[in-house]
Amino acid sequence: MAPPRHRRPGYSRKAQIGLFASYVIAVVGAVLALLLVLLSRFDPSGFRALRQGAAEIFAPVARGGENVTGSVGSIDDTAAAYLRAGSQNKALRKELAAARRELLEARAIREENRQLKALLNLAKDNVETVAVTRLLGSTGSSARRYATLDAGRNRGIAIGMPIRADEGLIGRVLDVGPTVSRVLLLTDAENVVPVRRSRDGLPALAIGRGDGNVDIRALNTGVSDFTRGDIFVTSGTGGLYQPNTPVAIVVAKQSDGAVARPLAHPARVSAVMVERAFRDSADVKALPPAEGERDGDE
Amino acid sequence: MRATPVISVMLLSALPAMLPMIATFPALPPLGLIAFVAWRRLRPELWSAWIGLPLGLWDDLFSGMPIGSAMFLWTIIVLAFEFVDYRLLWQDQWIDWLLAAAALAFAVFGGVALLALTGLDLSYRVVLPQLGWSLLIYPLAGRFVATLDRWRLKR
Repeated sequence: MAPPRHRRPGYSRKAQIGLFASYVIAVVGAVLALLLVLLSRFDPSGFRALRQGAAEIFAPVARGGENVTGSVGSIDDTAAAYLRAGSQNKALRKELAAARRELLEARAIREENRQLKALLNLAKDNVETVAVTRLLGSTGSSARRYATLDAGRNRGIAIGMPIRADEGLIGRVLDVGPTVSRVLLLTDAENVVPVRRSRDGLPALAIGRGDGNVDIRALNTGVSDFTRGDIFVTSGTGGLYQPNTPVAIVVAKQSDGAVARPLAHPARVSAVMVERAFRDSADVKALPPAEGERDGDE
Repeated sequence: MRATPVISVMLLSALPAMLPMIATFPALPPLGLIAFVAWRRLRPELWSAWIGLPLGLWDDLFSGMPIGSAMFLWTIIVLAFEFVDYRLLWQDQWIDWLLAAAALAFAVFGGVALLALTGLDLSYRVVLPQLGWSLLIYPLAGRFVATLDRWRLKR
């Protein structure tokens, strides 16, 4: 087969110059594009309006396709469940026994917690949900993990608000538009969540890996006694995420920490809750200001 | 229609953002890029060398990559294809696939490298499944683009 036809400028001077000019434009443009990439290192929120506009244009299309989310998202799970039914059954039985024990403990603790909270006069539920909505779509074809949220300024969403499902943390709001917002998912490599181990309160950081899991790094260097099944919840440090939101469960140990799987799978949840940032919630505001703390400090 | 190639690439660039699917890892192949490469391989004379800049900008808006990354990678791909095409005396579908595979691997790994440039450390393993999908889907994309091209020329 002959190679495809190609731009041969021939002897026409004009065509030759035109072809040369197109190469010059391309090379100069490529260099400028590289500079743009470098620019985003120093100004990550650049072009916010452009991206937000792009998300806004196609939101109506995405809103039409809501019903398939669950089925598409769980295809891999269904297949995997068939493949390892036997070993899974055994593991699940073991897990169930452990869970039963912990459930009893949890019931006692809940009761105790209720009494203590009553003593402290705290509101029964200190989390204020701003909106209950759903995720429309995500950047499935790149290494960054953003999703689009079906609510924006029209429903009181603000930048930095944490987003969770019943099962656990999903991410936080990155940009807000008129009717949709962009969400940085928990698994994005840029997302760092201060967490603590639910069992003993060991402080750690959950850092996205970009491949669907998060890295758990202990804050105290040298500590890495993580075991499979350790559950991490948000600690509330940093004032962004409401404390005690489940985040991830450890699936593998590493030399410098552990790999954990997020407890909430954004593809499988039908609704997500947008919460007020922890520092803005009523309980925190009711606290007496700390020594030397100024208002509006972040 | 003259704009068919450009519009089809733009739509496929925006498609992953429209699908009702929340991916927690790079699950989908970069459809816009695949269509772009397929069009460029099929009809080299359609596009000028700078076409990667506007189309790449559009792709960056939807892919979540830093603005400029697809602009850079796609333009380099076009320039490399121009360079190769001058020297290519003979071509079959395997050579076409090989060239496309090189371009796709360059773009996918290059994307991770550019992310590292912006201060984000990602393992290259994260994008391997995506690259695999892309290479397998490319011949199909080539058929799709050829069908579109016949439709375009008939009108």
